[in-house]
Amino acid sequence: MSVQDRLVEGEIVVRLTVNGEERRGIAEPRLLLVDFLRHELGLTGTHVGCEQGVCGACSIRLDGELVRSCLLFAVQAEGSSIETVEGLAPGEDLHPIQQAYHEQHGLQCGFCTPGLLLATVDLLERNTSPSEQEIRDYLAGNICRCTGYVGVVAAVQEAARKLEAGGS
Amino acid sequence: MKPAPFKYVAAETVEEAVAALGEHGDEAKVLAGGQSLVPLMNLRLATPGVLVDVNRIAELSGVRANGNLEIGAVTRQAAIERSAEARAAAPLIVEALRHVAHPPIRSRGTIGGTVAHADPAAEIPAVLLALGGEVVARGPGGERTIPADELFQGYFTTALQPDELLTSVRFPAQGPGARTALQEVARKQADFALAGAVVAANVGDDGTCESARIVLFGVADRPLRAPGAEEAVTSRSLADVAVLADAAQSAAAGIDPTGDAHASAEYRKEVAGVLVRRALTTVAEGGVRA
Repeated sequence: MSVQDRLVEGEIVVRLTVNGEERRGIAEPRLLLVDFLRHELGLTGTHVGCEQGVCGACSIRLDGELVRSCLLFAVQAEGSSIETVEGLAPGEDLHPIQQAYHEQHGLQCGFCTPGLLLATVDLLERNTSPSEQEIRDYLAGNICRCTGYVGVVAAVQEAARKLEAGGS
Repeated sequence: MKPAPFKYVAAETVEEAVAALGEHGDEAKVLAGGQSLVPLMNLRLATPGVLVDVNRIAELSGVRANGNLEIGAVTRQAAIERSAEARAAAPLIVEALRHVAHPPIRSRGTIGGTVAHADPAAEIPAVLLALGGEVVARGPGGERTIPADELFQGYFTTALQPDELLTSVRFPAQGPGARTALQEVARKQADFALAGAVVAANVGDDGTCESARIVLFGVADRPLRAPGAEEAVTSRSLADVAVLADAAQSAAAGIDPTGDAHASAEYRKEVAGVLVRRALTTVAEGGVRA
């Protein structure tokens, strides 16, 4: 099929894996991935903040990379594997990173938290014991207007300790 | 806000992408990492009728160090940061990428995207110009290379034609005396530079600067070479503070930046000179290391 014949004008079906589950939904080309996750798949844990890639609230992982889901179109995610905040805690118990944010007051209103949690997952996967400066640099793209970041940094440090000790 | 409606096609080969761009002309835009284009679309500052997605074109990704360093246009900035080959061949690029937005932007953002977008305050275009690099573009008439000196033509404007696709970015091999540095001032980590300077010099064993390309960014409508500063250091010792002061003064005198809410024109002019001096100092101390 030629490239002209593949031009997408209206709605198409998008298939992808979200938190290990095969999912599908309908998207027109302009539908942002974050809106697809929220409105088509009902996964409202990922938040929509600035819609211009600045605030980090919509951070998810796409094929193992931390990305802004407001700067991707759903049609681009066809066939990809996505991790969102809903995939962190398998059951009633919080994920160690979530638990650390809870214990260290790494959140107040919670709007930025899903993005920060995914950014923390990504950081600790790449660097199991980051310094305070490394944490601040890595999370600089996630804006929080409540905590002043002190609790956030403490939470990441606590999470790093928990994960190291737990070996998970 | 949400982007205006558009048509979308995912090209699988460069030929397909070029065909789609040829078919839709000015109406079409190339979608690579989307880290500059999609914010503009979400704000409705850009309303392209067709997006040609080049992310699935395998041949556009990858780092090849073979004398010179050739990086496929859709190679993610994060992948270049992690590439041992890129770091060894041109440590300045990896150093510069640390200043390009945040990690989750660099995980999607591409080398070709930042070059083609041609933001005058962006680091990579300035690095490409300082290193004397070039880009490769494919259009309906075939392939051509465009030297960095001719590529950047003004605010967000390059010599690329609407029906051409940037396919790779080339940085020339650096000799044993090559030393490089980048200095910038930004309001916070990952912000666009208020002003910046890049130096790529060849330094002899005795510390004499044999040649230098000095580029300023964030101070004009494009990355700008500073010929006065280059002349001021050529055949001079970089250990001589008077030489560095002279270069700084020449660099500042040669530009006419505009002021905005973030920094006045006078501030940018002053800081540009200071950054040239700092970058030259870094070069004198050995420059950016792999």
